[in-house]
Amino acid sequence: MIAPPRIWWRPLGRYERRWFIIAFVWCLFLTAMMPLWFFLGRQNVPVTTYRVDAATFQEKVTSFVEQYQVDTLNGIPVVEVPPGGEAYLQAKQWQWYPVLKLKKGETYRLHVSSLDVLHGFSIQPLNMNFMVVPGYDYVLTITPTTSGEYAIVCNEFCGIGHHIMIGKILVTE
Amino acid sequence: MAVTAIPHPGEQAKFRTCTATGLKVDLAAERLIIANAVAAVVFLLIGGIAALLISLTRWQAIHLLSPVWFYRLVTAHGFDMLVAWIVFFEVAGLYFGGAIMLNARLVQPKLAWLAFVLMVVGAVLVNVVVLMGKADVMFTAYVPLKAHPLFYLGVILFAVGALVALLIFFATLVVAKVEGRYEGSLPLVVYGLAAAAIIATYTLLSGALSFVPAFFWSLGIIEYYNPAYYRNLFWSFGHPAQQINLAAMVAIWYGLAAITVGAVPLNEKLSRLAFILYILFINLGSAHHLLVDPGPGFAWKVTNTSYAMYLAVLGSLIHAFSIPAAVEVALRRRGHTRGLFEWLRRAPWREPGFSALVVSMFVFGWIGGVTGVTIGTEQINMLAHNTLRVPGHFHATVVGGTTLAFMGFTYYVIPLIFRREVKFKKLAIWQPYVYGLGMALVAVGFVAAGIQGVSRRHWDITFAQAPFQTPVPGTVYLALAVFGIGALIAIVGGIMYMVVVLASVFTGKRVEPKQTTLVVEPPPALGYLSEKEEHNPKLQPRGTWVLVVAFLMFFAAYYLSNWWLLGRLWVVR
Ligand code: HEM
Ligand SMILES: [Cu+2]
Repeated sequence: MIAPPRIWWRPLGRYERRWFIIAFVWCLFLTAMMPLWFFLGRQNVPVTTYRVDAATFQEKVTSFVEQYQVDTLNGIPVVEVPPGGEAYLQAKQWQWYPVLKLKKGETYRLHVSSLDVLHGFSIQPLNMNFMVVPGYDYVLTITPTTSGEYAIVCNEFCGIGHHIMIGKILVTE
Repeated sequence: MAVTAIPHPGEQAKFRTCTATGLKVDLAAERLIIANAVAAVVFLLIGGIAALLISLTRWQAIHLLSPVWFYRLVTAHGFDMLVAWIVFFEVAGLYFGGAIMLNARLVQPKLAWLAFVLMVVGAVLVNVVVLMGKADVMFTAYVPLKAHPLFYLGVILFAVGALVALLIFFATLVVAKVEGRYEGSLPLVVYGLAAAAIIATYTLLSGALSFVPAFFWSLGIIEYYNPAYYRNLFWSFGHPAQQINLAAMVAIWYGLAAITVGAVPLNEKLSRLAFILYILFINLGSAHHLLVDPGPGFAWKVTNTSYAMYLAVLGSLIHAFSIPAAVEVALRRRGHTRGLFEWLRRAPWREPGFSALVVSMFVFGWIGGVTGVTIGTEQINMLAHNTLRVPGHFHATVVGGTTLAFMGFTYYVIPLIFRREVKFKKLAIWQPYVYGLGMALVAVGFVAAGIQGVSRRHWDITFAQAPFQTPVPGTVYLALAVFGIGALIAIVGGIMYMVVVLASVFTGKRVEPKQTTLVVEPPPALGYLSEKEEHNPKLQPRGTWVLVVAFLMFFAAYYLSNWWLLGRLWVVR
């Protein structure tokens, strides 16, 4: 609290210097981890994005559903995506549409967008989370490595019905 | 603590001399500090009531509120706490640091009152609109979720008021220098506050950039507001705003360490460098909120989220050593030199400013800092975005850290500025521990639930009314119960604070304080270390060294285990 002496640029003490170096090295390590994982890791944040308006996206979803629908679940179409194919998932207040059926070990290009406000795409209980922004088609190139039933929870507040917004992804062996 | 006052011929302001510190106190500044501090505490109270109700809702076993009221009160809680309480208190802190600690006068007190009125009107407007149900949009108000225009207007008025207060602070610093009110460099606490104020300036400008168009958009004057641009602009305000809190909190840590144990920074150069790192790099943090957004690319996200090589984190790591080391050396100079930790055992644990400092540093660093750096890692963010890990992180930083530091500081402002005796000292002695324990449990419970995927801002994890359900494991209920119990304990701690502050301010005995500490004897004023002391092996901060190394090991373990968790996800690119 006291005003410092005029000359306050004195050399660091022994422990201070040591800590400063260790802390700096730790920061470098933290920095290096991200590019390292980018090249070597298998889970990276997708970057492919297209601008899209709501009407166009909705059309794509509709024709996708017409083409590949195999079933319905609680009134929502279940769509089996051809392995390696393009899948579409539409978010709007307060529904994910349609239910997707995928095969374990196959890679898909999953297009996600919203017709109205922001939503959050959260696969549970896997716990993998992405933002869904209206006007943007976010392409997740995704390979399920486990099979089973997964929920898509909306985890960005999207209005009063936010907590009923849940969808499904079915992954078969 | 005293900076020698230099008489100035053209003196207009009226001063009194503080009986405890010898500082000259500008009476106009004093009244403004009181007004802003009272407003801060009022909003803390409103936000605290909301906290109780939303906590009893998220504690799934109780699930108190209806969905509408849950979302409404989360909106109010976010604004009243993060914006109103914190910023009012920071304005009070700036006037204190700018005028009183420098023996200077506050320039333009009339304008400062205008700033105060703008902030009050803005904050009240936001609360009224939210509670009337016209703005169920969360305090983030992501476009295109629309609120009533008065909501945006309220935020804008508040921000303009805060900007004016900042300008007054800068002008006060300049005038103090020109009028020769203090000698030498700025004291470190004021230096830290100035760093906070510099960050605040560009933060508030970004705030205006995001909210002014949103206001016109809600009026229908602007047709379309790109939601991705809004998010970027909003977080250029929302995230650096947290760094204001950080810089202000660190400044107050240095202050509390000085008041309670007479600590002097071991190396001013290093501490000041750390503040400069904040100013330079911390504004990049807005990317933390956009890591899994469509749009920005890998390089942009990584550069920004890491504050260009984690240099702002480096700033925090420096303080994490410097402050405890300063405390340790101060206590060692008083003869507590045995072993590694005698100084810790002999520390003034009953002095609320000291316990607030220690608990605040612990919760901030060990829980808040570690979880924050981890979830702010680009790829790991896929595991954490919008889960309860995020509120878990910031209830450790801005709530367990900043708020507790501010609370601890209030106990010293009451006698020095309000000139009232602190009542219920027993409560004040226990308050930092109760509040800190509760907040630590809140943070840990939230993080544990979030790691299991529980979403933030969510009314019903069972999806009882939805077309599909998803099984909720028992461990999620357990985590939410830990959070709930912690919330109740923290709220008790909050009530203790309110009782002490309100009782002292309104019914405390008027005093001219004789000393700066509340419970223990004031520390001897030893001044800066001499050359000989600096090389005395008994005065080296060896205990702190052990503590920070343990901290780093914990940090590394948590950080690396998250990479391991990430490796178990589906393959995605
Ligand atoms: C006893 C003290 C407190 C308790 C029990 C508490 C509890 C909570 C709860 C339950 C939530 C909602 C979490 C969710 O569902 O997403 C929340 C959100 C939040 N809290 Fe607190 N809180 C407390 C104090 C504070 C303080 C002092 C601050 C700020 C300085 C603060 C800032 C926030 C913010 C910014 C949010 C996020 C709101 C949003 O998601 O829009 N809280 N808090
Ligand atoms: Cu939602």
